[in-house]
Amino acid sequence: MSKFKKLVSQPLFLPIFCMILVMAVNIIYDVMAGNFAFNFFTISIRNGVLYGRIIDILNRGSEIAVLAIGMTLVVSCSAGTDISVGSVMSLAASFCCMLLAGYGVSSTNSLATPLIVGVLGGILMGCACGAFNGFLVSYLNVQPMVATLILFSAARAIGLLLCNNMIVYVRDDSFKIFGGYLGFMPTPIVVAIVCILITSLVLRKTALGLYIQSVGINKKASRIAGINSERIIFLCYVVCGLCAGIAGIVASSRISSADSNNIGLNFELDAILAVALGGNSLGGGKFRLAGSIIGAYTIQAITTTLYALGISTEQAPVYKAVIVIIIVAIQAPPFKAFMKKMSVRRQLAKGGAA
Amino acid sequence: MKAKKLNGNTVLLIITIALFFVMYAVGCVIYSNKGFTHLQTFLNILINNAGLLCITCGMTCVMLTGGIDISVGSLVAMDCMILAVGMERWNMNAVLLCILVLAIGIVFGVVQGFCVGYLNIQPFIVTMAGMFFARGMTAVISTEQISISSNAFFVKLANTKIGLPFGSYTNNKGVVQVPFIRVSVIVALLVLIAVFFMLRYTKFGRSLYAVGGSEQSATMMGLDVKKTKLKAYVLSSFLCSIGGICYCLNTMSGNVQQALGLEMDAIASSVIGGTLLTGGVGNVIGSFFGVLINGTISTLVKTNGKLLSSWSNIAVAALLCFFIVLQSIFAKIKEKSK
Repeated sequence: MSKFKKLVSQPLFLPIFCMILVMAVNIIYDVMAGNFAFNFFTISIRNGVLYGRIIDILNRGSEIAVLAIGMTLVVSCSAGTDISVGSVMSLAASFCCMLLAGYGVSSTNSLATPLIVGVLGGILMGCACGAFNGFLVSYLNVQPMVATLILFSAARAIGLLLCNNMIVYVRDDSFKIFGGYLGFMPTPIVVAIVCILITSLVLRKTALGLYIQSVGINKKASRIAGINSERIIFLCYVVCGLCAGIAGIVASSRISSADSNNIGLNFELDAILAVALGGNSLGGGKFRLAGSIIGAYTIQAITTTLYALGISTEQAPVYKAVIVIIIVAIQAPPFKAFMKKMSVRRQLAKGGAA
Repeated sequence: MKAKKLNGNTVLLIITIALFFVMYAVGCVIYSNKGFTHLQTFLNILINNAGLLCITCGMTCVMLTGGIDISVGSLVAMDCMILAVGMERWNMNAVLLCILVLAIGIVFGVVQGFCVGYLNIQPFIVTMAGMFFARGMTAVISTEQISISSNAFFVKLANTKIGLPFGSYTNNKGVVQVPFIRVSVIVALLVLIAVFFMLRYTKFGRSLYAVGGSEQSATMMGLDVKKTKLKAYVLSSFLCSIGGICYCLNTMSGNVQQALGLEMDAIASSVIGGTLLTGGVGNVIGSFFGVLINGTISTLVKTNGKLLSSWSNIAVAALLCFFIVLQSIFAKIKEKSK
């Protein structure tokens, strides 16, 4: 019993457990369908690039992983979530494609501006959105989710304006690289790994991670201890916007166009789910980046599995919403107190019997 | 001091009402040749936003407790889809379907309210999950666009024009036009009046304010905070279902992408109408003007004809931002004066 409890109370137990559960479902599915039982894990090289379901999950999940980095920081420092990330992704993609194709052009085969300008522009747009959210939250003390609700609805509309109400196609090979392949490796995986490495290095080597956690645990106390709480929160939102910008460019490069209505749709749910699944409390405070990253890939594994089971894109949110509620309910203090009471009662009953 | 001192919240409400009249007057001046000055334009705003008005009343009640409900847009889409599928595919009775939709709204509210009130989960997370759940369920029911045309009773209900005894005018073809409203407007206004009196004179209404003002004090006063929160979410989802029926009377169809971003409109209307996001302050009269401002913006954009419809989204978001900033400034001033 005590061994089991030790295992359960491990920090990364929840995300890894869910990951194993999803894999098990996949194996069962493959066996039922009469395929090779470990179809899920096979990796092969076809047409000179890596191929396999795991690779696909790593590839498709990289946007969520990048978003989860920013979301983890935001949740940790301000005890609220940034629900605008999906829309900001779409805005960054629209701005990038508008720069690359020129305003009012709906389809182009050659770039109007250098690639680097478009990509940096898109990422900067993400940062600007993050700064807007951060300003409202940190300096004006607006509740995080209400502040981000503004961009949640406005960013997509601004993206449509930038693209003149069209879907802008950029059919240039150099732009396609962000969603394509770098040698044999899918580029999104590389992007995600680079983002994760940089963030974890910064958090490990500087005191920033500690500052963020302390602001999240008690804003006033950290202020008295000499931390500029407002600036830390502002910074976290800017980083979240930056991550959304990077994710938006990857997503846009994948389809080599800026589809304002569909890029990043429902991604905010995935990102929040990743953070919650990673064992991080949505109430702020301590965070574990590794948990969020594993959570993000678990979400993608769930999504891919749902699609494999024949559930459409529009129906998938039902299952994810149920998972979110279950995870958050398990984490909720009243539920924990209830469980504790139950276990105490059970032990008392045992003692009485003996 | 005898004169009642104006506090920040009254100022907000006055700004809102003034803003509506200024906006409408500007519309009348710019688009006078497009018939903006007729009474019917105003009534059309009411007709188009009848559903939104019901939803905003519910939203205001939830926001008074310091919570928020962003599931409303998806819930409306689900209601419309149930109505459409029920009438077109299953040939069910319209009244029965409406009752079913209201019952679903109540169940939805109970689940959300339980999670918020008794499990103490942040309202935003709960209702966001609810939002994706309802939108997904809409797709599970049907992914096609279904328009309602076969149910005689519902079609008649949607097409009924109720003429007003005043304000008729002769148009340039010499035909007398009687200004009219629709059934949904009457429903919405009844909801508005009911919620107004409920908030002002019933025990439940007052406890909403108490919980929003300070949860701790409310508990010490002996109020059942958890139950009050649960009831607030049930009320919101119930009114949202009524709003969904009104919305369906306007659109006469069910579609997965329907009512996208309606939660934003409802929250914006409520905030513009002077409801504080922190809870405890606000009333539905302000929300009513919030809805009118919202409707006026989209009517202005539509009347212009050249502007993209995204502009009305952006304008509403900008207004919401403006009022949120105003609120926080008022809150800071209040804190300093203490």
